[in-house]
This record gives sequence, C-alpha cells and structure tokens, in this order.
Amino acid sequence: MSRTHVNCTVNGDEVDFLASDDTSLLDALRDELGLTSVKEGCGTGDCGACSITVDGKLNCSCLMFAPEAEGKSIGTVEGLADGDQLHPLQTSFLEGAALQCGICTPGVLVAAKVLLDENPSPTETEIRYALAGNLCRCTGYDKIIHAVQEAAVTIGAGK
Amino acid sequence: MPRTALPRTRFPRMKYAAPSSVDEAVGLLAGDADARVFAGATDLIPQIRSGRPEPSVLVDLKNIDRLVGTSESGGNWTVGAATPTSTLTADVSFTDAFPGLSEASGLIGSDQIQNRSSWGGNLCNASPAADSVPALVANDVRAVVAGSNGERTIPVADVVTGPGQTSLADDEFIVEFEVDAPAANTSDAYLRLIPRTEMDIAVVGAAVRVTMDGDTCTAASVVLGAVAPTVVRVPDAEAALVGSTLDDAALAAVADAASAACNPIDDKRGTIEYRRQVAGVLAKRAAVIAAERANS
Amino acid sequence: MTATENRPTYKYVGTRPIRHDGLEKVTGKARFAADLNLTGQLRGVMVRSPHAHARIKSIDTSAAEAMPGVKSVTTGADFPDIDPAMPAYDESINVIARDEVLYHGHVVAAVAATTLSEARAAAAAVKVDYDVLDPILSIEGALEDGATISNKSTRTLFLGQDDETNLASMAPFGRGDVEAGFAEADVVVERFFTTKAVHQGYIEPHACVVDVGQDGKASIWASSQGHFAVRSKTADILGWGTDKIKVTPAEIGGGFGGKTTIYLEPIAVKLSQKASRPVKMVMTREEVLRATGPAPAAEIAIKVGAKNDGELTTIQSTMKYSNGSAKGYAAMLGAMSTASYKFPNLDIQTFGTVDNTPKSAAYRAPSAPQAAFAVESCVDEIAKILGMDPIEIRLQNAVIEGDITAMGAPHPKIGFIETMTAIKDSEHYNSPVPEGAGRGFGTGFWFNIGEQSSATVNLNEDGTATVITGSPDIGGSRASMALMAAETLGLDPMRITPIIADTESVGFTDITEGSRATFATGMAVTNACNELIEQMKARAATMRGVDIETVDWLDGAAIVDGHDPLTIAEITGQAKQTGGPLTSTASLNAAGAGPSFAAHLADVAVDEETGVVTILRYTAAQDAGTAIHPSYVEGQMQGGSAQGIGWALNEEYIYSDDGVMENASFLDYRMPVASDLPMLETIIVEVPNPSHPYGVRGVGETGIVPPINTIANAIHSATGVRMTDLPMSPPNVLKAINEQK
Repeated sequence: MSRTHVNCTVNGDEVDFLASDDTSLLDALRDELGLTSVKEGCGTGDCGACSITVDGKLNCSCLMFAPEAEGKSIGTVEGLADGDQLHPLQTSFLEGAALQCGICTPGVLVAAKVLLDENPSPTETEIRYALAGNLCRCTGYDKIIHAVQEAAVTIGAGK
Repeated sequence: MPRTALPRTRFPRMKYAAPSSVDEAVGLLAGDADARVFAGATDLIPQIRSGRPEPSVLVDLKNIDRLVGTSESGGNWTVGAATPTSTLTADVSFTDAFPGLSEASGLIGSDQIQNRSSWGGNLCNASPAADSVPALVANDVRAVVAGSNGERTIPVADVVTGPGQTSLADDEFIVEFEVDAPAANTSDAYLRLIPRTEMDIAVVGAAVRVTMDGDTCTAASVVLGAVAPTVVRVPDAEAALVGSTLDDAALAAVADAASAACNPIDDKRGTIEYRRQVAGVLAKRAAVIAAERANS
Repeated sequence: MTATENRPTYKYVGTRPIRHDGLEKVTGKARFAADLNLTGQLRGVMVRSPHAHARIKSIDTSAAEAMPGVKSVTTGADFPDIDPAMPAYDESINVIARDEVLYHGHVVAAVAATTLSEARAAAAAVKVDYDVLDPILSIEGALEDGATISNKSTRTLFLGQDDETNLASMAPFGRGDVEAGFAEADVVVERFFTTKAVHQGYIEPHACVVDVGQDGKASIWASSQGHFAVRSKTADILGWGTDKIKVTPAEIGGGFGGKTTIYLEPIAVKLSQKASRPVKMVMTREEVLRATGPAPAAEIAIKVGAKNDGELTTIQSTMKYSNGSAKGYAAMLGAMSTASYKFPNLDIQTFGTVDNTPKSAAYRAPSAPQAAFAVESCVDEIAKILGMDPIEIRLQNAVIEGDITAMGAPHPKIGFIETMTAIKDSEHYNSPVPEGAGRGFGTGFWFNIGEQSSATVNLNEDGTATVITGSPDIGGSRASMALMAAETLGLDPMRITPIIADTESVGFTDITEGSRATFATGMAVTNACNELIEQMKARAATMRGVDIETVDWLDGAAIVDGHDPLTIAEITGQAKQTGGPLTSTASLNAAGAGPSFAAHLADVAVDEETGVVTILRYTAAQDAGTAIHPSYVEGQMQGGSAQGIGWALNEEYIYSDDGVMENASFLDYRMPVASDLPMLETIIVEVPNPSHPYGVRGVGETGIVPPINTIANAIHSATGVRMTDLPMSPPNVLKAINEQK
C-alpha cells in the first residue's frame, strides 16, 4: 500500500504525515496527527463539526483529500488559545454557557473566529449565516450567537 | 432488486494528482478513462462515499494558475473554472456588475462550502438543482473547454445534457468562463426556494436578467433550475417581459409561463405541483428585483 | 428572567459558574468515544440488511474471513437465544438479527480488521442469502387485515393473546362519560393528526472502543447516556456476568434519548473476544439515520368538547404510534401526556404497532409532542370558536395539585398555571403582533422520573471535595452536582471536582434520561453531603472535646458553643487523628419526581405564495422547580425548543416503497441551522418540588413538547389554515393554503 508524504503547518507547527491519497484530511488530522478536536459528524460537509482553516479560509476537512494539505497552513481549535490565555471566544463560550455536549464546539469556534477576523462587528443575522454551516443540536444557537457578540465586543475593546 | 443505498463498504484506493498545467491535466484524463477532475470536491466526496463514482485518479485542478482567479478587462470577465465562489461574492466590482450571478454563486452552501465550490464543479456536477447554472445561462456565459484536441468555447447552456451528464468528452474539462460586460441598464437576480434558510439543495431556482429603458423592459432572460432535468429557458416569460412595464398583468403572464415551462419530478425535496407553482412565484419576484437593479 | 415563589436564599444554587468540564470542551481536549484509541486496535464494520423485511437463509463469512487484515467475524449465531418474553429479547435482536431482518440496515454480521478500509472490503464480501418478504411501512399497513407479520415475536401486550400480530400494545384510559359529555357540549372539535418519524439528531454518531482480554473480561469505552445500562444490556445480550464487563463513559456528543439503548457494544465485545484484540466501532451518519432511533410516527384521532363558558369537559382520542421493528411503550406514553386539563370525561385508546422501520428509541419526552400537537391544536380551535384568549381558556382548565392525570393518579404540586401566567405577563405577549404575522400559544409537560442513583463524596486533606457520580453529563449536570454539593456543605463550588466514574468506581446509577440526573443524582449527592456533615460534626466534637449534640453546622463550618467554628479544611486537616478519611456514599431509588410544565409563544410569518414559515420571535417559559444552574436550565429549554421547531417544520423520515430511507444525510434530513431561528427567549419559573432537597424538577425533556403545537397555532393565526399533518414544510403548508382558497 503506497501513501503520500504530506508536509504542512498545523497551528503554526511544521508537521508531516503519511496518508493514502483518498483519505480525507479529516481522517488524516485525527488518525495521523492525533488532532481529535476535529470531529466527524456526517462526513459529507453538512454539519461543520470538522471545520478547520486552510490558509485562513474556513473549510470542511471531510471534503478535502489529505494530499491537498501539502504546503498549506491548517488551523484548528487547538490554535485559538495563546499560551495560557484563552481566546475571547473561548472565554465568552464558557461564561455564556454556549455549549452543552461540546461536540460541535471546536468547529463552531473555528468558524466564529474566521467570522470575527473578517468582520469584527457582525450583526446577529451575519453571525447566524456565517455559522449556518455548523449544526448544533443542543443549544438552539441562542447562547452561541450571544457569545460571539460578547467576544466581538471584548476583542473590539481590546484594540 | 431493491436499491441498497447502504453506506459505502468498499473504499476504493484512489491516487491523487496535482497537475500544474492544463496540458498536464489533459494528459492525465486522456491516459485513464476513470480519472476525474475536481476543484472543491464538495459533491465528489459525498458521491464517492455513497458508491458512485469510483475514480482511479483524482485530478486536482487548483494548482493550475489559469483555473483559479478572475480577470476583468473593459467590463468583460474571465473566471477560472476552479475559482472558489467566495472569491466572486467578495469581489465588489463583480457583484456590482452581476448581482444575480454573484448571489446565485453565493448560495451554493455554507461558508465552508463557499471556499471550495466553483462554477466548474457546480456546472459539471450537472445537478438539475445547481444554483449557479440558471444565472450563468441567463447571462450567456461561455465555457472554455480544454481536451486532447485543444480548446473550444461553448455556451454554458450546452454543457449539461441531463442529470449528472455533460457534453464534455472523457479527456475534457472546463478551464475558464467568459462573462461579457452587461449592456447599459441591465442587471440580474437569482432567487431560490429552500425549506430552511441555508444548507439545502434548491427546490426551485429562478434567474432573470433584464435590460430596462426607463420603466419598460427591452430585453430579458428567464432561466429556471431544479424544475427539469436541465435548466429551462422560458421564452414565453421573456416575451411577456419585453415591452412591458412589469405591471401585474405582465408578471402574472411571466409566472404562468414559468409554471408551464417546468417539467419537474416528485422527490424528497418537493412535489411536481409545488415546483410548478413556486417557479411562477420566483420568476416574477426575480424579474422585479432585476428590473429595480437595472434602473439603479 | 426568572419568576419565583417564596424562594429560599441560596448561596451557590442558582448561580452561573463556569462548568467544570468546560475548558476541555472549548480547547478540543475533551475525549469522545471516537477520539479514543487502543494499541493494536481493530476497526469493526457492520454488515447490514439491504432489505426492509426478509428471512435469512444463510450467511457465508468464509470469503470475508480470508481477506487481508481480517481478524474476526461474527453473526447472530454467536449470540445466545433469549426468550421473547424477556425484556432483553427485542434489544438483542435489534443489535444483531437471527433468522429475520426487520428493517433496511438491520445488522446481520460484523467484521473486524486491522484498518477501516480492509474491514469495509471484508464486510462487502460477506454473503447473505435472503428470502425477501413484504415490508410493513405504516401504522395503517400494520393493522390491515391479512397484513404480513413484521416481527414474528410480537404479541399484543396487555391482551394476553398468543397470536402473532403487528399490534404490539393496547391500553385504554378512561373516566367519566364521554358520550354524555359530547351530548352536553356546546362546541365539539374533531380532528385527525399525523406525524412522521424523526431522529434525535445528535451530532456525534454512536461509537465505542472495546478490549476483551484473554481473561474474558471486557473493558468498554462508550458514547452513552447510561454506562451501567451499557453494562447490563451487553451482559444480557451476551449472557455474561456484569463482573466481566467494565464500562467507562466517554464524553457524549448528544443523546436526547437516542443513546439510552445500545447498538455497537455487544458486537464489538464479540469481535474483540474472538480476535483477542481491541475493537473500535464508529457509526457513519448514514448508519445513524438508517438504523438507529427514531421517535415514532403517530396517527391521532381526537375529539374535544367544551361549554360556551370555556370549560373543557370531554376528550376522546385514539392514538396509534409505530414502535418500528419491535414493541415499545410509545402509545402508552402518548396517552399519559394528554391530561393537562381537568377533562372530567376522558376516553383514550392507545395502539402501538410494529413495522419494518428501525426500532424506535426515546426522544425527549417520548410520544408527548405528538399527543400535545393533537390536544393543544384542538384547544386552540375551541378558544377561537368561543372567542376566548388562548391563554385564558387554558388557565381556566389547567390541572393543579390533586387533579387526576390520564392514568388515574393525582398530580403532585405542579406549576402549570404559574408557567402560563409567566407568558401572559411577558414582554413578548404584551407586544403587538408584527404586521402580517401570526401569534401562537401552546403548552406541554413531562412527568419526569426518579430511579436509581449513587454518589460518593470524598473530602480531600485540604478541605476540597470530589463528587463522584454515575450520570453521564449530557447537558451540564456536572456543574449542577457541584452546586448542590457546594450548597449543602457550605463549600465554594470551584473547590469541588465533579466527576463521572466508570461502572467499577461508583454505585449503580440508572440512565441519564427522564430528566432525572439533576433530580435523582442530585438527591444522592445531597444525601451523601448531609451524611458527611454528620461525620464532620462528630470529628469536630472530638476535636473540641464536646458531645456531638452540641455541634451545629453553618456555612461550611462546625459551630460549637463557646469555641471558634471549625471549617471543613480544619476538620479535614485533622482527619487522620480523628478517625481517618472523610468520605460518604449515598444511593437511592428516588421518589417524588416533579412534573415540569412549559408554555411557549411564537410569532411567525408565512409566505402564502411559497408556504415558507419564518419564526420571528419565540419565548419559552418552563417550571424548573429550582434552577440549580440557570444557564443550563435555559440551555435545556432552548435546545428542546429548537428540536421541536425542527420537528414541526422540516424534519421527517422519507421512505421508498421498499422501505429504504431516502434522506439519510444531514442534507435532506433537515434540522434547524443557526439562520433558521431567532433568539429563543426563556423565562424560568420556579415552583419548587417539595420532594427534592432543593426543589428540583427535571427540565431536560418538557421543552420539546410545546413547539409543534405552538407553531401550528401560530400558522393558523397567520393564515387561517389548521395544519394537522407534520412536518409543516413549505410544500405541505402551501398545499393547505391552496386547499383553503
């Protein structure tokens, strides 16, 4: 069985791994790199639990083949905190009880961070449509939206 | 023999290739009948997962410069076939010139999907419900096709021949799309009906482009999606618009013509009656929006 | 926003600390079952029936066994036969078929191999010879004369008859005289309601990792709402002793009732045992949708009679629920949910059927949403006919403590009136209905259960504490355990570590279901803490040289007259000298679970040209008894609301004529996305449950009961159309609007 050697960056670290060409990037991240924060909820791009950033852009890792990561900069939830400082989104999610079972949370945080990086003061509607690709079955999204709004305020105040 | 539709139990061992030129890609396709090109793979991966197709080689088109990115000259646009649609919707001048085409492109899924979906993929996947296709046809967009015999340019409307079927040969793929500058006082709109607000395949899609002379429409394209095996152009709706001021009678005629032009099916997303009725509603609503945009 | 009634002042209960397991969930460190890996593990894959109904003539696994990487294979032949009269029978057959497959996707065999792709290839090579039979795919079809029998083991519960049948259960409930009631009624509404099967929709597919050692002992890590149930069900299905099975609960990514049963574990144990290697099994989303759950489809004929003054006097209903492939209690639970109003005359006939769709599983307040859809829609119609406000008519007829439920027992103290009043007083209700929109009001309740829980509380040398329970945390209950322990002991909740222990490390605890965790496990925790206080008082007496009768406990310290108080830390610091470690265990079969009632209000806009329903504003009021951690109570209310909204508007199982689910993906099984919903306003009402030390009522389930009827009532208000069939999706709504014209 032949596998491709892939070199990329994950959360700022240079990494490399072997994967069969038809392995999804989701499976490669989880099985080869041990990044289990990236979850499979559906495997077909309909739930967003596998959301990552690829060169800063939001993607479903289940809809990418592992070799496509070559040379790319991958971001997951592990890259949100800065040492012992949680990202304002992580703090607002904790304080605002914006998670229950937590399975969707890594993907939602990645998507929310991309949103706030691109749109620092989103409206409620903009947040909802930006997160439309991230299914949550526990919360009804209300506290998630509030937490993103809170984090936007915190980030804005910090500048 | 019942359809099994069970989860994929045989996982094919496919190879990945990332050509950096059009010729290299053509060579890969020409050399292996089961090679498949892809850009975003947002349809391809779920399809492989459910059993069809089983490609031998996955040819990633995104490393070919010509296929990713846009250029504009004199209001005429060239769009690489593998360009993520998020690039188009974020482009203010593109969206100003073609608001309907931009919004259609932007409706192909969530933000995650948008960073992968492309006109090439959305068109060549040939789903009857593809969101970009009615707007591509309404704007008379052309596709530049590359293959072993060189390049040829065809109207987008000639690409899809049926559900999941294109007119492209096994060794061909779309390199780029050409979008001509719109005439003066011309604009477009795309509306679709989905049960939720996002994340659904269109139950009905309607793209309308109009040229206005004051209150009067002087040219129109009306194209429906998801109501027939391929997109449907509706000449009777166009005729009802041209020469009209989009008054109630004209819009009613547009709706009737759109409904009549449908050849829909009953499926898990909608019924025949529903699609017919809503096609009429969306066609007239899209016409009104396009006209307002044309005059602003 | 909380309405309260003579609420005691608590120091910790009712606060909103950050949950103890929150950090690992926002940093990606939380380990769910699919995230776990054991050295040398194999991957297990199921072989599933391609037919909705068939007899298995033979299974040939020889080709699969010879394939590369394959280490073990199992079929139904490896599993002991269980008497069909035993409770474990249905679950055992559901886990793996024996001679009959009962639904498309029913497991017939399984393979374990060194890689997933090898296991999948081998699974495809298992040859099964079937005699295909006609499938039963509807309640109507199940009850037709001469219908094919869907599951040969089915006998009608409660009838004591011996014939094979698709009628799995019948139960009547009655009181008064419905004939006279209808004769004397001024208004009678008669309707027929239908609902489709829906899935709980947890984002985490079922997963487990199992290791059976050469000593025949199985260690299981599972995604489950109840790991003791995983142990006992696995033991029953395999015929093993519970001492041979240890289950550790992984973090669970949603359950909502769908993970109170088992699918994977007995198979994984058998594969692991045969291979002498660990085995990991993870369902795909397609498998989850095709072959687990769902909540039952229902057909409910209902007639309600009322007087002109608004008294609801009479209710008569025939409720039919499908249990899927094997008998269940769906129908009876539906009937139990009907009497929110006094109804002196009541006649409810329930029928549960079996058919060739997956065995239905619990889903938040099982069967109540369907029943409430019927009852609340009729009440709404009657209110409109009488020109009465929808809240007023319900306030007039609402059950209170002592009123009789549908089954005949009296309600304990309940807060139905208080909850509806909270909506009546709400800002939402008192704001004008937006132009062109419709406003709907609806209600629901769930009984909630008690059942068995155990808890151990250990005090550490420095006065901090560990609270050990066996209730998997599906909604933030760890935090609630810490808060109740904190309140009881007088100790800061952030100095308390709540953990969920495996089946070898904590006493038996029933499944986290029935909204029981905060109630029953919280009771066990509280009892253990109270017992610890007695121990600490005794130690304090020793330390001060006084009689224990003279020692009181206040605010986390032992109070001895004439002495300085002794804090927990001071007492634990002397634990060795005064008798040894301070630890306490409590266990109970909790009685006195308090029903939780809810009232919802929705403003909707309906596009009458396309049938699309948009929810403009939504408010949920619910009686929590006492909200231990208000944020997570709100979370349960909002989650239940969102699920109910999905059930109301777009979720449904779509089957082909041969019983294959056509929408087995999140693309076409349409659950609400963030842009589909507005903010979900919540009002926590607190009518404390007298049977719980902190007044707790379970809140997890009730929230899903009102939304369907609330939205149906709102759509009626907006369009004049009475929807009686779910889902209220755009094609169905447009059709109803067209028919009305």
